[in-house]
Amino acid sequence: MAASCARTVGSLLGKCGTCASNINTITSRLSRQICSSSALHRKNLAAAGPEKFTVEFIQKQVEEFNIGKRHLANMMGEDTENFTQEDIDRSIAYLFPSGLFEKRARPLMKHPEEIFPRQRAIQWGEDGRPFHFLFYTGKQSYYSLMHEIYAKIQSLERQQDRLRAKGLLASDTTPLSLGSSRWIIKEELEGIVMETVTDHDYQRFLQLMARLAALPQARAEGGWVLRFRQQLEAQASRQAVAALQADAQGRAFSTAEGRRKTSNSSVVLRDGGSGRATVNGSELLSYFPVFQDREQVMFPLQFAGVLGRLDVEAEVSGGGRSSQAGAVRLAISRALLGFLSEREVENMRQAGLLTPDPRVRERDKPGQEGARRKFTWKKR
Amino acid sequence: MALQRVSFRIRQTVACARSIHTSGCRHLQEALAVEPERNPEPFSIFRTQESDPACQLENHVGQYYTLPPAHIQTVFPHGLPARFQLQMKTFNEGCVMVRPPALEVISYLKRADYSKPALRFLFYGVKGSGKTMSLCHTVHYCSTQGWLVVHIPDAHLWVKNCKELLPSSYNGSRFDQPLQATNWLRNFRVTNEQFLSKIQTRHRYVWTKREFTEEGRPLGELVDQGITRVKSSSDVVGAVIKELRLQSGQPEGCFRMAVAVDGLNALWGRSTIKKEDKSPVSIEELTLMHNLRKLVKNDWCGGAIITALSQTGSLYTPKTAYLPHVLLGEEGFDRMDPFVPVTVSNYSEKEFESCYLYYQDRQWLQHPQSRTEEGKKELVFMSNRNPSALERLCAFL
Repeated sequence: MAASCARTVGSLLGKCGTCASNINTITSRLSRQICSSSALHRKNLAAAGPEKFTVEFIQKQVEEFNIGKRHLANMMGEDTENFTQEDIDRSIAYLFPSGLFEKRARPLMKHPEEIFPRQRAIQWGEDGRPFHFLFYTGKQSYYSLMHEIYAKIQSLERQQDRLRAKGLLASDTTPLSLGSSRWIIKEELEGIVMETVTDHDYQRFLQLMARLAALPQARAEGGWVLRFRQQLEAQASRQAVAALQADAQGRAFSTAEGRRKTSNSSVVLRDGGSGRATVNGSELLSYFPVFQDREQVMFPLQFAGVLGRLDVEAEVSGGGRSSQAGAVRLAISRALLGFLSEREVENMRQAGLLTPDPRVRERDKPGQEGARRKFTWKKR
Repeated sequence: MALQRVSFRIRQTVACARSIHTSGCRHLQEALAVEPERNPEPFSIFRTQESDPACQLENHVGQYYTLPPAHIQTVFPHGLPARFQLQMKTFNEGCVMVRPPALEVISYLKRADYSKPALRFLFYGVKGSGKTMSLCHTVHYCSTQGWLVVHIPDAHLWVKNCKELLPSSYNGSRFDQPLQATNWLRNFRVTNEQFLSKIQTRHRYVWTKREFTEEGRPLGELVDQGITRVKSSSDVVGAVIKELRLQSGQPEGCFRMAVAVDGLNALWGRSTIKKEDKSPVSIEELTLMHNLRKLVKNDWCGGAIITALSQTGSLYTPKTAYLPHVLLGEEGFDRMDPFVPVTVSNYSEKEFESCYLYYQDRQWLQHPQSRTEEGKKELVFMSNRNPSALERLCAFL
């Protein structure tokens, strides 16, 4: 508003033209300064696309990061040479404690490669000639990668032919072992290649990589191939298993806690029992009269097949009947891990018994009846 | 006696042998081995051919006996629980499980001295544990022994949802419930047909200016008077109770009376009936309840009073209450004292097994999982061996 007023003032002054030349120059300078911040010259930000960073800028950021890392190590009194990213995260969390729920909004200090998105370098020189011979295919990195794979295949086959001609072919070569890993997905390939990859291109890439990996002497190229594979970690190995303890009589028992919405529950599972279940001191049947709640409590025990064997003593507070049942179910599943083998733990994880339910009550918003419900719309 | 002969004949004519379920039935197999004097029961391990409650012993515990259809119509016109009646209709037979509480009370009744004041028994237990069914079993015993049975199926029904409330003609401060009284008298007539002509009235009762019942008239006339003249039916109930109490112990009366009251805690609880000015009616102000209290008092001899508590239909009591002193209250407990408390608990392992086999036999458990061991463990966990919970679990959706 002030700018437009100033603009009109400046334009008026400019259009008058009755003043002296020096006043004109002053006013024109004034009007120019004022007009430079006006709405007319605002850039169309949406059309510009993502922000582009130059190579020099990124290099400068990397240097600053390294220097900052050394300063941080000095501040924390730790070894500047062997200061890892985990140490950095720990130190930043200590120096800038944040209570924000969104983890991505908290202060972070990472290598610029992880912060700034990777960008394609300039692909032609000052004379306009492209550097890469495949530039005019449109997807130079993708096609050069395919050529590279095929070149490796050809070299391995030629090597095999030479060995067979000399009679030195080893007949017991073991093929390349890929372990528990999977091929990279299309999005990951796009990230490596920095170009749009279509489904068809991706399929061709997979076929060629599979052909390379299937060759008998592909072991030589094993490291290079594994760059395009993603390791699959068994999720169950990450579970925190509650340890089994023994009470005075020698009966094994384990304790665990569980939460759902606003209910908290802590459960003790005892071995060598008759399969009785008590919640807050009263029988399961009287505490959970509804069939659904009892079924939820029974599910982990039934899944593991320990129904008549373990006694359940649960304490639960907060929430309503359904959330209390869910909390008890999660606590029982966690306590049960100590009694089971790793394969059964993995089965339970896949059944969803160990996943805490993240759903909580959505907050009510102002201007609405509830969280989603709007006030009755009146036409007039 | 005829019943015993009939059952013996049925046992002999049975030819087919069903497969015996072997897992977890060691107790039942021992029971089978214990009774050598009877023929081995070829039907199944969970049934017994002994349908006379007097002849049922400890080794029949957990087994089902069939109620003869004739008895169901005469003895239980209104006594059996609603869900059990549905089950009877579905299975085409009425099978009652022989359980320790009922056997205990029956054994006391067998050994009691009937010249002394009436003994009082009280069935109590958690909700759904089988108190009403134990009461019905005992009533069946009394009926087969030729006693006169005064069975009030649920005293709670008389203290709530009363459509018609009339001021009593006999006592101005009390209220009559004609519909409930007429209904009860009709069922009483069905149950005790054979006694109505034998018992004579001892007093003269005047109902209105024109109607009266002379001394020495049969009891049946009194009951008919109550059924036909609906207005005075509550007073008729009071008169019937008075007559029966006077005559039950007498040697020339030669009948024994069994008073069976379900939902005893209604007698000393609160009612939800309201007068026209919206003020609540207390229990003393209801004629039926007043007379019932007199009946349950043990100042008469020649019979027994068998009662059961019930939280399900009760008013203003917490859901978790089941003990006598909690449900009866101080006043009720003092009035009922002394009595013989009998605990009715959930099914034992043997009884649960029996119930499970019975449902299997009736093809009531349709899910294939229910036939496996895991399915049985599920049922045990979910119902906690509570009879009514198990019945509802296995019921239709």
